[in-house]
Amino acid sequence: MVRTEDIFETNRMIAENKLDVRTITMGLSLRDCSHPDLGIFCTNVYDKVTRSACDLVRTGEAIEADFGVPIVNKRIAVTPIAIAADACRTDSYVAVAQTLDRAAKEVGVNFIGGFSALVESGMTKGDRTLISSIPEALASTEHVCASVNVGSTKAGINMDCVREMGEIIKKTASLTADRDAIGCAKLVVFANAVENNPFMAGAFHGVSEGECVIHVGVSGPGVVKRALELVGGKSFDIVSETIKRTAFKITRVGQLVAQEAASRLGVQLGIIDLSLAPTPFVGDSVAHILEEMGLESCGAPGTTAALALLNDAVKKGGQMAALHVGGLSGAFIPVSEDIGMINAINCGSLTLEKLEAMTCVCSVGLDMIAVPGDTSAATLSGIIADEAAIGMINNKTTAARLIPVPNKKVGDVVEFGGLLGHSPIVAVNRFGNDAFIARGGHIPAPIRSLTN
Amino acid sequence: MKIVITIIGYDCVGIVAMVSTTLAERNVNIMDINQNIMNGFFNMVMIADMDGAKVSLTELQEVLKTKGEAMGLQIKAQSEEIFKAMHRV
Repeated sequence: MVRTEDIFETNRMIAENKLDVRTITMGLSLRDCSHPDLGIFCTNVYDKVTRSACDLVRTGEAIEADFGVPIVNKRIAVTPIAIAADACRTDSYVAVAQTLDRAAKEVGVNFIGGFSALVESGMTKGDRTLISSIPEALASTEHVCASVNVGSTKAGINMDCVREMGEIIKKTASLTADRDAIGCAKLVVFANAVENNPFMAGAFHGVSEGECVIHVGVSGPGVVKRALELVGGKSFDIVSETIKRTAFKITRVGQLVAQEAASRLGVQLGIIDLSLAPTPFVGDSVAHILEEMGLESCGAPGTTAALALLNDAVKKGGQMAALHVGGLSGAFIPVSEDIGMINAINCGSLTLEKLEAMTCVCSVGLDMIAVPGDTSAATLSGIIADEAAIGMINNKTTAARLIPVPNKKVGDVVEFGGLLGHSPIVAVNRFGNDAFIARGGHIPAPIRSLTN
Repeated sequence: MKIVITIIGYDCVGIVAMVSTTLAERNVNIMDINQNIMNGFFNMVMIADMDGAKVSLTELQEVLKTKGEAMGLQIKAQSEEIFKAMHRV
């Protein structure tokens, strides 16, 4: 029989510490939708997505009610469109994005990811078409997310694409200038992108994945912070142990929801993403966990070490609680989506350079960072190259989701709304790098020995 | 399916009667009750069996919520599985 105190602990985590399952994401292959005719391809895509995911949202809501735990997002990730649509005789995939958007609306999911290309080694015609379509695709859709993988540990960094992505981000910002460049919030540039990531904006259904699969992303920064409050002043050994125990409990909920969702939908059970994903609401912040360890404000010396411990302990605790682990597992540090990060930028304790250092030890990378509207394409490319280099050398996933907000400068605030949050404009290093970015070509894959 | 019903609120006459009547009318069998009052605050946890119930869990949640609110109580009914998953290795 379950103990009464355990029952109250679980319900307190949900009610007071904002424990939730962040997302149930259905990964769906579109490989069988290929057709030379763009119109027929779009029809195939629309039919397959709406047919496969018709019960996704309803099932998620039913599980939410049965267990009494919120499941915040229900989403879909599809085969990278650059692959699925490669056969189409067309020079634009904007119509494909609009098709995905209609399908997402029809089935009621809030995001559909996979308007993506994987170009770390080079580009096909489909990759080029996809990348050039991104600005208009994101400006003319609501629910579609795009991502481009520009580098990997095994292939190096495609610097031609890095250069192009700086320009694509600027163009996306300009086309969505009336909405504070919201298009850029739906665009991630990756190194070492993973094929089973359930989190947006970078989710896509990798080519090695099965036909249809359910991945679940857990969350719960508030629960971890609450647990650490109870061990105030204790050594890091105790801090690590406390985080592991908490992560185990959080992940078990994710595992249960994933099993239930896969079974009710009759599809393959995928991975659990062991993540601490913050929201802009008080009590749901990763920065506040770091501050709970004894830092005055996130970004203070010690922040990278605190984050390294947190990230590692979350994985250790979660690993044992889940059948299969994958995705981006680790702590996320999206600036606009974390009230503690926002405050830290505002008070000057956290800078872009410190964030970059933090990305060496945690999940993903420079995420949801609003920068001045006059930031040049080359500067954006430079930041992306730096982030990709960290991922390539350290054999980890890194990403950049940068938002150059037109007509905004340092000191201004931008409001994206909902879970995307709000953010002060973050200062960017103003020294030039045009000649560096203009070189193009390829940064070779790194040596894997002599690891100094 | 086994469910866990948690009832929290200020103590008053008839809470146990209301909950148990509601369950009995719908053929939900009570298996265990744990109840206490701390500083006038009423806490109760019930484990019940839904096998043979005349209603779905969603319908039961709805009726318990409505009846609970009328007495100033917060009543949650959840599948027992979430607690087992979280607290048992």
